[in-house]
Amino acid sequence: MAEINMLQAINDALSMAMEIDDKAILFGEDVGHFGGVFRATSGLQDKYGRDRCFNTPLTEQGIAGFANGLASNGMTAIAEIQFADYIFPAIDQIVNETAKFRYRSGNEFNVGGVTFRTPYGGGIAGGHYHSQSPEAYFTQTAGLKVVVPRNAYQAKGLLLASIRDKNPVIFFEPKRLYRANIGEVPDGDYEIELGKAEVVREGKDITLLAWGAQMEIIEKAADMAAKEGISCEILDLRTLAPWDVETVATSVKKTGRLLINHEAPLTGGFAGEIAATIQEECFLYLESPISRVCGLDTPYPLIHEKEYMPDALKTFEAIKASVTF
Amino acid sequence: MSNATSQNETVHRVSFLDRDSVNIPILKILQADGTVYENAVLPAIDEALAHKIYDTCVFTRVLDERMLGAQRQGRISFYMTCTGEEASIIGSAASLDNDDVILAQYREHAALRYRGFTTEQFMNQLFSNEKDLGKGRQMPIHYGSSELNYQTISSPLATQIPQATGVGYSLKMQGKRNIAICYFGEGAASEGDFHAGLNMAAVLKSPTIFFCRNNGYAISTPTSEQFMGNGIASRGPGYGMHTIRVDGNDMLAVLAATQQARAYAVENNAPVLIEAMTYRLGAHSSSDDPSGYRSKDEEAKWQQHDPVKRFKLWMINKGWLTEKQDSELFEKYRSEVLAEVKVAEKLPMSSVDTLIEDVYDTPTPRLKQQLEMLKTHIKKYPKSYPNSEGSV
Repeated sequence: MAEINMLQAINDALSMAMEIDDKAILFGEDVGHFGGVFRATSGLQDKYGRDRCFNTPLTEQGIAGFANGLASNGMTAIAEIQFADYIFPAIDQIVNETAKFRYRSGNEFNVGGVTFRTPYGGGIAGGHYHSQSPEAYFTQTAGLKVVVPRNAYQAKGLLLASIRDKNPVIFFEPKRLYRANIGEVPDGDYEIELGKAEVVREGKDITLLAWGAQMEIIEKAADMAAKEGISCEILDLRTLAPWDVETVATSVKKTGRLLINHEAPLTGGFAGEIAATIQEECFLYLESPISRVCGLDTPYPLIHEKEYMPDALKTFEAIKASVTF
Repeated sequence: MSNATSQNETVHRVSFLDRDSVNIPILKILQADGTVYENAVLPAIDEALAHKIYDTCVFTRVLDERMLGAQRQGRISFYMTCTGEEASIIGSAASLDNDDVILAQYREHAALRYRGFTTEQFMNQLFSNEKDLGKGRQMPIHYGSSELNYQTISSPLATQIPQATGVGYSLKMQGKRNIAICYFGEGAASEGDFHAGLNMAAVLKSPTIFFCRNNGYAISTPTSEQFMGNGIASRGPGYGMHTIRVDGNDMLAVLAATQQARAYAVENNAPVLIEAMTYRLGAHSSSDDPSGYRSKDEEAKWQQHDPVKRFKLWMINKGWLTEKQDSELFEKYRSEVLAEVKVAEKLPMSSVDTLIEDVYDTPTPRLKQQLEMLKTHIKKYPKSYPNSEGSV
């Protein structure tokens, strides 16, 4: 067990996946000798050779299509898209090919061996094109799994599970935590089951739900609320598709209230899907409307990043409004 | 049905085209010592044009040096230099009409300067203040000006390539004798948008210059890991496009090639591909450290091909510039940039009301509601939102 940051945990998971599975191939823009613009793949080309860890030409649609080809023929494809903001040239390959490969062929072929890793989210003064949280574009696409870790420990276990899952996974990495999040991570191999939310903190008055980098935000808001005598139960959804309705519903039945927080804009965001499902599951248990604390319905701004973000203060205010409804 | 494939010779035994079978000459006019090659055909250039070009070179050098410094001091969040590529950018920009539309990638601020973007305007964008034309919404270096026909920079690579095809076509439809010019790097040429844009331009006869700055690297990825063909120029004939390769560190060669490319595009309503062979002397951006992927020796070798120095020597040889005038020019811009930094960094940022502007032509009711809720929240916690504290 060592204290490492999230990038090191990801690097560790990638190395372990490649060591155990000699069919695993890692590629993307600048991931080779240089080790990626965030250094997530540092040292892996030296360890596993240029045939298994390499730079691709600068083409996301090419990277995604190549990954589909590898996986369709029995390989484990681990592809990096340098920023989630740049995943869109690949969207045809991901939405129409990756997601439907198994279904359209009646399971004659599948690309379950594909994992797309991509850094997402704001908080780094990155403006429109280095800050977006595009998860909802993919949660609406049947056939894809969508996973987001909140810390170094979770990143390693969830990434290993994603790479080994029999379905294609998009693994969104919260880049503002890459170096900021440091925690104890086991040296050995372990997986965290996909499709399972985690109760991070138990409470009785309201359930707070988020994923990825927003987890530390709702935890901060919960601490503020605790000083006002409000007890928050905190859940990390971890996998957005398929998501763990049962764990969320069980919590909401207990607390009677739900607040969902995500960085992506409010309208069409994944919180809407959660809210609709939970009001069906928990209608008679709800004591206040389900609250969404999300990004504004604007492109991600540079100078007004602070104003745009669903921060701890906004979450705190929404908690109070929910409890006093 | 017809097939556009040219009627070529027929053979009766297997014969492959060799990957090196395409020979692409490189246009060079100016030598390292500032003299021109024997028999070289010079572009149209007089003393006034030469001064405007050189002035832009010096301004760009000073801006890049000072603003990279400002980034290191934490005064701005991000910066990108174009050091080493000035001849490619300014030589091409100087061959255009002011009504030709520029679609740049992100490293072509020298072309914007050539068009007349003021030092103050640069600073307003870099410091994201309330006078920034882009309202402080994008990272530093994402300039744009409709007045100067320079479309606002978008970080995603190569998206501007098919757009340039559309802009060129629209100029043709509007009956203007103008063109679009599209700048991009050799890395961006791997994106699908490159293929889409060039093929459509040729088929639809769009008067557009596709100007590739082949500077050797896409962040860390060298050209040897980017493509196996003979550069980017070899693709031009495949699209049925007029194509030329130039020494991108040779101001006169770039000028000559682009002047003629423009004339051809206007006369024939057709696209042209220019590949400028150059070198990115600086890092990819202020977030990058090239020591992780290339040697100091390699950089030193390219320092000897400094395009600004080469052009300066030519001007001195012509008797159009003296060392003293050159030093004075650098000093003038150093003072000017410094003075404008001091003004720009003190200006406030755009008010929080601008946050919902321009999402649509007018803000939707939902956006107005979100803004009101935000402002109520900021009023409650003004110290937590220092940029907006004063504007709610």
